[in-house]
Amino acid sequence: MNHLPQAWGRPRDDVYGAYDHSHFQTAGPIQHTQSPIVTGTSVIAAKFKDGVVIAADNLASYGSLARFTDVKRLRKFNDQVVVGFGGDVSDMQYLDRLLNSLDVRENYSSSDTPMNAKNLHTYLAKVMYKRRSDFNPLWNHLLIAGLDADEKPFLASADLLGTTFTSPTLATGFGAHLAQPILRRSLPDESSVQNVTKEEAVELVKECMKVLFYRDARSMDKYSIAVISKGGVELREDEKLENQSWAFAERIRGYGTQTV
Amino acid sequence: MTSIGTGYDLSNSVFSPDGRNFQVEYAVKAVENGGTAVGIKCKDGVVLALEKLVTSKLLKPGANKRIATVDRNIGIVSSGLLPDGRHFVSRARDEASQWRGLYKAPIPTSSLADRMGSYAQAYTLYSSVRPFGVTAIIAGWDSEAELPVDGQVGSGPGVGSGGKKGGSKYGGPHLYMIEPSGLYWGYYGAATGKGRQIAKSELEKLNLSEGNLSLEEGVKEAARIIYVAHDDNKDKEFELELTWISSLNGPTKGRHEEVPKELKEEAERLAKKSLEGDDDDEDEDKMEE
Repeated sequence: MNHLPQAWGRPRDDVYGAYDHSHFQTAGPIQHTQSPIVTGTSVIAAKFKDGVVIAADNLASYGSLARFTDVKRLRKFNDQVVVGFGGDVSDMQYLDRLLNSLDVRENYSSSDTPMNAKNLHTYLAKVMYKRRSDFNPLWNHLLIAGLDADEKPFLASADLLGTTFTSPTLATGFGAHLAQPILRRSLPDESSVQNVTKEEAVELVKECMKVLFYRDARSMDKYSIAVISKGGVELREDEKLENQSWAFAERIRGYGTQTV
Repeated sequence: MTSIGTGYDLSNSVFSPDGRNFQVEYAVKAVENGGTAVGIKCKDGVVLALEKLVTSKLLKPGANKRIATVDRNIGIVSSGLLPDGRHFVSRARDEASQWRGLYKAPIPTSSLADRMGSYAQAYTLYSSVRPFGVTAIIAGWDSEAELPVDGQVGSGPGVGSGGKKGGSKYGGPHLYMIEPSGLYWGYYGAATGKGRQIAKSELEKLNLSEGNLSLEEGVKEAARIIYVAHDDNKDKEFELELTWISSLNGPTKGRHEEVPKELKEEAERLAKKSLEGDDDDEDEDKMEE
């Protein structure tokens, strides 16, 4: 009999043979996320002369299944920043809680100026880069929309690799291919931002959401849209695509049941 | 204090033969020298006020705030040793964030008071530590609305089980005071520090248990009480610090914030006026409106 504590409760070696400790080990090295599970599709955003418009639909897909249909992917940080999340929804929830705790800590001292969109983008970009450097990325593509320290419109992205980018118009996922060219027609460069009003920008973004719904099979017709300007954040989370026209679908050949 | 000098006051966590812990009693003495702190529970919010004694003319007026925010909806003010107070607040913030990490929701004021009470009490148990030289007042407004869980993305099923029972009321104002022994009670009005005796008798006159005092009246009363409790002869200078937490549809939307400049100045003006009035007639009950 063995009196040592580490042997207590174990099968006796003299009766059952030496204990096979390999059963305690899981097979192989530690694995981090290899692919996202529940995902949100595109986020699109455009600057206008007084602020930024950002939109994302309310769908969270499980593979090709439209699993959750009331998912809010635009997150208001404070009165001058909104973050739009594409990619993994559980990683979005993690980031949302992270931002929440950041906001609580920010408000401990009441005298400081609130965090602006540029500050938040710097912070999030560093979080994303740190996680990719740990080989444990947060599987998201973020758009950070709001105002910078001079109350000028600010729009930038950070992705799962820690890449950052800024432009008068931005789109993630499928939107980068389908919506970005349309957005660039109205906003080709930084100087053109001055010529676009809030109404025009909202109309432009809504038109892009419609195009995305037409062509992106992981999208839906319910979406959220936020306008950030000096007056604060107007966030509407239950918008529906209007005036759809599926006439173009008649001309599509090569799919489905038609024989020609 | 018959047991003083008999050796029972030299170590923490040691009882004297008549059942007292002298180190804790000495900690209470430290509190009795601090600036007066007051908390008032009103029907639609809570007020915290502090007489911040100015120790040097070289200190910047309005800087070095002493009433701290914990999470978003809770305020803590303490009287006694300043560094002990700051450590206490830092622990309260850790507790609040740990609660959020576990429950994905803000900590209820009662739970924070409970945890901080236990924390203070633990510092009376060991010979390697000394008790907190502070008495802290914890004020909070627990949200009356159904809050989303942190990180919640959707609204969940519209039908079926789950959720809160209809017809009941949730949330509201809370006020607790924690002493160096770890003892804490919930109060309608709490006072500690140098001027606590005067402040307590002033608080009693407000009939807070009836729940009629509005938040704005509470702010003005708190300011007045700090001015009344201040001893002009012993301490020359002080700064008034005022914070409040209202209901969700009130001025602070359930958050702990500094009282706005205009209202604070108005409250200070009325407080000073009521002090002048005291000189000719003894009627301290007279409310200034």
